Amino acid sequence: MARTAIEFRNVSKQYTNASQYAVSGVNISIEEGSFITILGTSGSGKTTFLKMVNRIYEPTSGEILYFGQPIQNLQLEEYRRKIGYVIQQVGLFPHMTVEENIGTIPQILKWDKEKIANRVAELLELVCLSPKDFKKRYPRQLSGGQQQRVGLARAMAADPSIMLMDEPFGAIDAITRQNLQDELINIQRKLNKTILFVTHDVGEALKLGDKVVIMHEGKIQQFGAVYEIISKPANDYVARLIATQDIVQRLKVLKAQSVMLPVDPLTRDNAFRVSKEESLHKILTYFLEHDHNHVLVEDERRSVVGKITWDQLKASTKQGKILSA
Amino acid sequence: MITYLFKYYEQMSMLLLEHLYIVFLSMMISLLFAIPVGLLIARSKWLSTVVLSFFGIVYSIPSLALFSFLLPVFGLGKLTAIAVLVIYNQYILVRNTLTGFQSIDASIIEAGYGMGLSARHMFFKIQLPLALPIILGGIRIATVSTIGIATIAAVIHAGGLGILLFDGLRMNYLPKILWGTILSALLAYLANYVLLSYETKAILKARGEYNEDQEGAEVSS
Repeated sequence: MARTAIEFRNVSKQYTNASQYAVSGVNISIEEGSFITILGTSGSGKTTFLKMVNRIYEPTSGEILYFGQPIQNLQLEEYRRKIGYVIQQVGLFPHMTVEENIGTIPQILKWDKEKIANRVAELLELVCLSPKDFKKRYPRQLSGGQQQRVGLARAMAADPSIMLMDEPFGAIDAITRQNLQDELINIQRKLNKTILFVTHDVGEALKLGDKVVIMHEGKIQQFGAVYEIISKPANDYVARLIATQDIVQRLKVLKAQSVMLPVDPLTRDNAFRVSKEESLHKILTYFLEHDHNHVLVEDERRSVVGKITWDQLKASTKQGKILSA
Repeated sequence: MITYLFKYYEQMSMLLLEHLYIVFLSMMISLLFAIPVGLLIARSKWLSTVVLSFFGIVYSIPSLALFSFLLPVFGLGKLTAIAVLVIYNQYILVRNTLTGFQSIDASIIEAGYGMGLSARHMFFKIQLPLALPIILGGIRIATVSTIGIATIAAVIHAGGLGILLFDGLRMNYLPKILWGTILSALLAYLANYVLLSYETKAILKARGEYNEDQEGAEVSS
């Protein structure tokens, strides 16, 4: 059982001069190592929710815990250094090179020069920028996508256990955004960071998150795995939000393991095999292109763990459709 | 005219040095007040409006009037001159300090605090270098105007190049008037030139366009 990285206990936030609560009565536990996306329209309280974690905003009432400790009790700067922070506008320091930007916190922590240089090179490679070409550049010499890669590298410099990301890819063109999303998924798998990722893009939330928090009017509407959100929306609002994605989009984020039927593990079957991580969209494509009516699902060790039939696939899309109508 | 220069060379350089001394001292004291005030009022919109309007009104008082106004307080001499110059400088310096810090993109500040910079690190590593071009611009304008206004301070026996000007006027002696004008204009021009070069350097640094060597220049292309 993973430890709880961040816990909200009945947290509310009301801005001065605002009549309504931006966030009200939020309770949530976020497990270490999970990738959580926080989805909502503007004004839903999703950004306020995120920014209370690193104390950019202070809650009006309630308590936030970091690995069991109330965050008010922790020294502010030290605590923030354990939490990577990436925002949409990136906020790179324009008077510093890429290298200096990424090395800001390591330098304050008094790492020696060699260690900083190694760390910078390692991080630039992680975000797919060649250290040789990029470390001496200034922010204005980078494209929007490259700037956000540097922003991501900078946030990870001191190896924080938690990353907060506020619509980091919101201002980036569609193709670059897809690449960045895929790279972020890889980075998360590799480093097992706990990520809280705010977005208003339903597709992005479903694609990136292991679990999704859906916020509306300052309250959490639903917190669950992507499959649960799509197949069992907790209320009308969630159903309507998810319905903005068409069936094909939804199939893209559903994984084989979430809808597969149990099967005798000793089955000897020549049917096509897919990984349990495969998207239903791929399986649908396969069905449409071939004359088969089922595929077998296998795990990492290549043993069969289930099967998906054409009828099952159809049922899984219907389920979502009926509920979201 | 040239003969005047040779004859009174020593006296003129003394006056020039005295002028520089008044300007330099006034600028130092002005900055000592203006920068903390600029930073302080940046915290409140209401306060910054009130303080800037006040200094704006003071700035519009003619310098002769302000000199005579402060005479009873500080008496004849350099003290009154410096006090007046410091008061005049506040408007430009406070305004530019305020603008300098306010011109920094909010996302840079948020990212800085979010990553765990302390207020001190934030100030010295991020805010000051980014606000510096506008602050230096204020210092340049204030220095040039101080050089000009300081000539008038000769009226209250503060010394400086104004002595040449006012003596020349009183005696109706052209070389004195001309040399007073030339020297103070030259001083203002030089001060502007030197400070502008620092300002340009600070602008390039703040934008990330400053390259100390050729290798850096290649990377930027």
